[in-house]
Amino acid sequence: MNSTFEPVIGLEVHAQLLTKSKAFCGCTTQFGNDPNANTCPVCLGMPGVLPVLNKSVVEFAIKMGLATNCTIAPKSIFARKNYFYPDLPKGYQISQYDQPICKDGWLDVELKDGSVKHIGITRIHIEEDAGKSIHDQDPDTLVDVNRCGVPLIEIVSEPDIRSPHEAHQYLSIIKQLVTYLGICDGNMEEGSLRCDANISIRPKGREQFGTKTEVKNMNSFRNVERALEYEINRQIGLLEDGGTVVQETLLWDADKNIALPMRSKEEAHDYRYFPDPDLVPVLVDQKWISEIAATLPELPEARRNRFIGGYHLPLYDATILTQEKSLADYFEKAVALLAQKNDEGYKSVSNWTMTEVLRLMNDLHVSIDQCVVTPDRLAAMVNLISEGVISGKIGKEVFAEMLKSLDEPKVIVERLGLVQVSDTSAIEKIVDEIIARSQAQVAQYRAGKMQIFGYFVGETMKAMKGKANPKIVNEILKSKLV
Amino acid sequence: MNLQEPFDSYRPRLASESCESRTRAHLEEIRKRQSLNAFLSVFDDEAIIEAKRVDERFARGIAGPLAGMVIAVKDVLNMKNKETTCGSKILRSYHSLYDATVIERLRAADAVFIGKTNMDEFAMGSSNENSAFGPVKNPRDESRVPGGSSGGSAAAVAAGLATTSLGTDTGGSIRQPAALCGIIGLKPTYGRVSRYGLVAFASSFDQIGPFGNSPRDVARVLQVIAGHDPKDSTSSTLPVPDYLSAMTGDVTGVKIGLPKEYYSSALSDEIRSTIDRAVQMLRDRGAIVSEVSLPHTEYTIATYYILATAEASSNLARFDGVRYGYRTEHAADLAAMYTKSRSEGFGAEVKRRIMLGTYVLSAGYYDAYYAKAQKVRRLIQHDFFKAFEHVDCLLTPTTPSTAFRMGEKMDDPLQMYLSDIYTVSANLAGIPGISVPAAGDEKLPVGIQILGRQFDEATILNVAEALSGGNQ
Ligand SMILES: [Zn+2]
Repeated sequence: MNSTFEPVIGLEVHAQLLTKSKAFCGCTTQFGNDPNANTCPVCLGMPGVLPVLNKSVVEFAIKMGLATNCTIAPKSIFARKNYFYPDLPKGYQISQYDQPICKDGWLDVELKDGSVKHIGITRIHIEEDAGKSIHDQDPDTLVDVNRCGVPLIEIVSEPDIRSPHEAHQYLSIIKQLVTYLGICDGNMEEGSLRCDANISIRPKGREQFGTKTEVKNMNSFRNVERALEYEINRQIGLLEDGGTVVQETLLWDADKNIALPMRSKEEAHDYRYFPDPDLVPVLVDQKWISEIAATLPELPEARRNRFIGGYHLPLYDATILTQEKSLADYFEKAVALLAQKNDEGYKSVSNWTMTEVLRLMNDLHVSIDQCVVTPDRLAAMVNLISEGVISGKIGKEVFAEMLKSLDEPKVIVERLGLVQVSDTSAIEKIVDEIIARSQAQVAQYRAGKMQIFGYFVGETMKAMKGKANPKIVNEILKSKLV
Repeated sequence: MNLQEPFDSYRPRLASESCESRTRAHLEEIRKRQSLNAFLSVFDDEAIIEAKRVDERFARGIAGPLAGMVIAVKDVLNMKNKETTCGSKILRSYHSLYDATVIERLRAADAVFIGKTNMDEFAMGSSNENSAFGPVKNPRDESRVPGGSSGGSAAAVAAGLATTSLGTDTGGSIRQPAALCGIIGLKPTYGRVSRYGLVAFASSFDQIGPFGNSPRDVARVLQVIAGHDPKDSTSSTLPVPDYLSAMTGDVTGVKIGLPKEYYSSALSDEIRSTIDRAVQMLRDRGAIVSEVSLPHTEYTIATYYILATAEASSNLARFDGVRYGYRTEHAADLAAMYTKSRSEGFGAEVKRRIMLGTYVLSAGYYDAYYAKAQKVRRLIQHDFFKAFEHVDCLLTPTTPSTAFRMGEKMDDPLQMYLSDIYTVSANLAGIPGISVPAAGDEKLPVGIQILGRQFDEATILNVAEALSGGNQ
């Protein structure tokens, strides 16, 4: 990236809310039903129907407002955004315009160099989703309005973002927050979290903004970074060649790695916003805000700090474990089942989670909730290690077996005969045999070549198929080799 | 059987004079007066079946408060599985999926629905000449208009085709045709009656209200349809008072204001003298009459036409040919499908108002028109609230003239808009209004309008009762 220019980026993030019913009617928001099954006269926009606001939509929006340090407006109003499209049955979308529910928030975002970036949030507003036009299943365009009226919040940042990396980190926090709050599943690929960007560039040091473009259709974190990178370079190229940036909307094409302008006809909208006369103002008093605040779950930053302070985990572990709420929940469920609740146990669960469990999820492309090694199975296995029933090394074998069978770790250990041998006389017998047939090595050891000790440990373990308790093996060897 | 007789006087005879026979008599009258073109659909057999059911319930002593009432419904209100055309080609043959809340409530009260009435397309008009299904004629003089937009509902009651009817009033569409047809028409306070199921023209103005041959009849209907509806966020949760018990016709000490701005030179001598007689009669019966001022009256028509058309331009966007209603046969692409379906499906007046409304909401014009009109609306509301600090209700003419001739104002939209000059302010202020007929000097009836405080329908109904000769 050219160093004489600086990009100025603002993000508009749409989050589809996980309310049970739609924003303005009683229809279910359930995903995957037959086309047009989740409909009623209201969301079909039949003549004469009226919208009635679903109160939990307001609660969800307020939760996000509180989590992003916003001011919650005592009074906000709905407006109509007017445009014609076949998947918009009323010919307008109910949204919020000049009086949104949340305003003036901010987030602190950690960057990879360890610094912290303060990013302002202009507003969060409530709106309803449109339906879907399907162009590839019939010569005619088909319309599915199941999604029509599903509630969304739009989170609009200030133009405070200065690089694709910052945008990525900001978006990660937004995703983390909505999932922690349980208000959105945060899935970008499936479109429950959508991101549009406003991008302009200016010579470094200048206050004034350049002409901005809007980039849409970036449906993954990777695409956001790539699309921003692309558009910044395109604008810099234009200016360096003596051209000018034209204000327009571009669509990111992830296959071709380019952003192409929308046809001007499609973007030439005058939405003619005006207050929706069918809905009354949303009034929010301090009591309601306090009630909602009391229901907020622990947010990622607080949880990470608690993992460091409470479980004495290193910053690295705490950060990874709290990245996603589901993973942090997994960790804490396992920890709660430990037989001995001490730092050693916590760290052990952390290690197993960050390595084996995450690897398993990545390899099998499953979510943590679908992971067959459930928190109680993991805890049971860690307990077997701390009780000396198996060694850590055998633990890996047990873990692998847990993927194949639903047996409890203890049953697996018994079934496969993996119980660690801690019986001193059995180990002594083997050690005596090894010393007897390794006189040369014994002489070396006694002559002061301490490194040779590993040879005896290895031979003993080999003879006992790895099941000997390493601590006892060490003790016996040391006493017999003196 | 006197079919113009108020429901209130024949209901006690319901045991001897069955609901079925009433219904048959009304159906017969509808056939005889087909030239009025008052109905767009008539329920014939179904109405008789319903009437028989009501008679049965009456015999068992379990009939609802409207048993015996045969009611006509403006075709802008949804009735399940029935056509709801809104007087428009774009909704020809459209059948509704659900019942409006008012329909549910009337049915539960044992009213019998006889049919759906003709109207100006999407309730836009003051003469009923804007219907895609032909104009309605005034039963008093078929060369004249019945008023609009609820012209079919007014004509039906005036001609005895139904006992009562439902209309809707956005700028005078109940009160003006009531005046021109010589019957009672009530527009309730905004929020008193649920709008769920009313195909919206201008959502912040529209109210459903009844027509009848007596104030007590409209009160009986209002009693049933008023009250909060969870399906309409703008419907009020205030309790509904008992209207009939408030209608003693005693106006002793009632303070009545005459807004001086309404008695300008535009008013015909005939209407002025009719009003004078009514005022004298109320004075004689103990009312205290005084002059009041509504200083922003001159802005009402302009304010109304900016705000109502703005809302209409958005409300009527759903009629796009995509899911229901008229779709053009010949369209090469989506944009052409929209343009042609709407150009061919809507009538001239509707298109005029959609264009006007689109314009006033457009970028660059919003502040000068829509935003400013909203401010003026608040000033007009304030005028009324000030006036009601001194008086209990206002008495005005309902219309500047009696029923005009068909075609007389069709080429001059502004003249047509001025027909509503005395009625639109109530919709801007959200207050209730009732039109009560009085005999004019000529053979055509004159309407006297009583406007009241928000949610004080009881007072204006009582004054209407006095004007109609109750408690003499
Ligand atoms: Zn629905």
